[in-house]
Amino acid sequence: MKKKRFITNSIVHVILAILGAVWVLPILYVILTSFRKEGGTYKTYIIPKEFTLDNYKALWEAAGTLDYKKWFLNTLIVALASCIIAAFLTVCVAYVMSRLRFKMRKPFMNIAMVLGLFPGFMSMIAIYYILKGFNLLETGQLKLFALVLVYSGGAGLGFLVAKGFFDTIPKSLDEAAYIDGATKWDVFTKITIPLSKPIIVYTVLTAFMGPWVDYIFAKVILGQDRDHYTIAIGLWTMLEKEFEKYYYTQFFAGCVVISIPIAILFLLTQKCYTETVGGAVKG
Amino acid sequence: MAKRKEKAPKIVLKDEITTKNAWLYGNWQTRLSLIIMGFGNFVNKQIIQGLIYLAIEILYIFYMVTTGIGTIKDFITLGTVAQQEVFNESTQMYEYIVGDNSMLCLLYGVVTIFITVFFVVAMCTSMRSAYESQVKVQNGTKPLNFVETLRSLKQQKLQSSMLSFPVLGIVLFNILPTTFMILIAFTNYDKDHQTPGNLFHWVGFENFQKMFASGGRLAHTFWPVLSWTLIWAVFATVTSFLLGLILAIVINRKGTRFKPFWRFIFVLSIAVPQFVSLLTMRTIFHASGPVNILLKNAGIITDSIPFWQDGTLAKVMIILINIWIGVPYTMLQTTGILQNIPQDLYEAADVDGAGPVIKFFKITLPYIMFVMTPYLITQFTGNINNFNVIYLLSGGGPERLDYYYAGETDLLITWLYKVTITNKDFNIGAVISILIFILMAIFALVTYRHTGSYKDEEAFQ
Repeated sequence: MKKKRFITNSIVHVILAILGAVWVLPILYVILTSFRKEGGTYKTYIIPKEFTLDNYKALWEAAGTLDYKKWFLNTLIVALASCIIAAFLTVCVAYVMSRLRFKMRKPFMNIAMVLGLFPGFMSMIAIYYILKGFNLLETGQLKLFALVLVYSGGAGLGFLVAKGFFDTIPKSLDEAAYIDGATKWDVFTKITIPLSKPIIVYTVLTAFMGPWVDYIFAKVILGQDRDHYTIAIGLWTMLEKEFEKYYYTQFFAGCVVISIPIAILFLLTQKCYTETVGGAVKG
Repeated sequence: MAKRKEKAPKIVLKDEITTKNAWLYGNWQTRLSLIIMGFGNFVNKQIIQGLIYLAIEILYIFYMVTTGIGTIKDFITLGTVAQQEVFNESTQMYEYIVGDNSMLCLLYGVVTIFITVFFVVAMCTSMRSAYESQVKVQNGTKPLNFVETLRSLKQQKLQSSMLSFPVLGIVLFNILPTTFMILIAFTNYDKDHQTPGNLFHWVGFENFQKMFASGGRLAHTFWPVLSWTLIWAVFATVTSFLLGLILAIVINRKGTRFKPFWRFIFVLSIAVPQFVSLLTMRTIFHASGPVNILLKNAGIITDSIPFWQDGTLAKVMIILINIWIGVPYTMLQTTGILQNIPQDLYEAADVDGAGPVIKFFKITLPYIMFVMTPYLITQFTGNINNFNVIYLLSGGGPERLDYYYAGETDLLITWLYKVTITNKDFNIGAVISILIFILMAIFALVTYRHTGSYKDEEAFQ
């Protein structure tokens, strides 16, 4: 019996080790290539012959036509602006849907569900022309502003997670406040918001991470304006045929640089999410 | 529920402030407020409110007279004068005469319709406001003055003030563009009718007919793309879920050592942004990428394996890579749930002499499914529209010449991208969008209605 258990355990560990290798090796490849000294694209070997930090330096010096530093700053600004607006809109809608009762409530929620079923990309072309109509696509800066609007404008529709959280805050708290003469607005600002730190952080972080990983919206709005690219389309450009030869190793360095903050943020989001699922007031 | 009672009024008349009641039971001042907005407010000495309503009405009429009516006319015709090239005798040069831009005609038309809808809502609001004051006067209380009205926005009407900005955003960036694109599906706005050079026109259901006409190139593309979309969504969801679950169970079982280490190894890949791992995977399986090199160096193959050039192989690769991406997520989610399953269930099963397989199917799986069903639904719908995985991995390729600008691994959503962005056939793109919507709607109707949170959202309040 003991021997049999030993054998199963060994097999399990071997399988886990193999799988682990499958999951780690691609990441290792990214890291190795980012330190590779030899330029060009694909080599006939995996482990670089010489290691260097030049790829990282090149990203920040931006000697060539592609300016990683600028992309990074663009994305950071867009992400900061849109996460604040988006979180504000989402929390407002979520609170109203969770706590207030009015005639248009169910219709609103149904409309939100129906709108969620349309591929968001479909409205992209129309948004493009609306923005153009408002002269928001004239210069690069304006395009970035337009991008903020696109990322945060419809954020009110993504209220479901936050609403689920507000639903778990006991109504008895609100009622106690009403008896003390608080208005509904007071309840929102002085009771609900302080109790909702995890979900607010969660909403802010998810909205913040969107622009870093979005590809198509940025591509449609920014088009060929390389100076105002965000990270995701910028990195994609590095792998295009005309640039691949020169930027292949820099692409991987760029990936590593971008992965670190995103990874930290992701772990934070996960932590907040678990707290969120746990509910607001622990019994 | 208590809140509704709290603002329960003292009167028993038709006191509920609805548009219908206002029209049926309001006095003539109230009803007149529908046409002359703010009239009822003036009568009841709510001067500022009245002025605001009146201003809205004047602005609307001004807009309609100056531009609105013109845009509606253009909306119906979608422009009549095309851009022309005229030879100018005096300068001896060809000059362009600016014609109508159908695209803008359509857009402004839709905007005018939205403004009109907003105006109708404002009219009804004006009448309701007048009725509210009328009811107040009848009951011997004073109508709210301006400051009190503002204050009510923090109390009884909090929803209006808190929803105004989000709704504005949703209308501008969601509803308006969506309406616009639905309308495009009924025009011939394709690559031969590009604005501003050419006009396009309403064509009714012609595009839909083309999409389903048997023997047509579109239909020949649509059905294979649709079936691959469904196959992909089912496989991607099921494989990631099952394998992730099994992995979580294996790591979680008693005999496994270094549990945190294994979890760390697998979670590591989540931390990498998805587009980075997708682009990396694409290069790794490139014809001269690391995998092919390793295999060649080991002497297993002499020619590169065409991972992205062979349709079937590309499909398999996409699903496999999606497993690589998806499994850690499922593992992360299920690990927590596994640890929450009450251990006495297993002990009871042990007493009854159940083996590990029975325990899995009778206890673990039902428990996990109970918690994970909403997650699975979102995963499935997300996969139907999973643009990134396809576009960044294979780009939809390998291309098929007999398809309408699509490749073998194209999903509906990437096909939509190619048709609209690359080929400018906006009308066909809009039709594809509507079809995706119908697909999603059918799925949503079947599933969402059956989930507990939709039926009973106040279970935990």
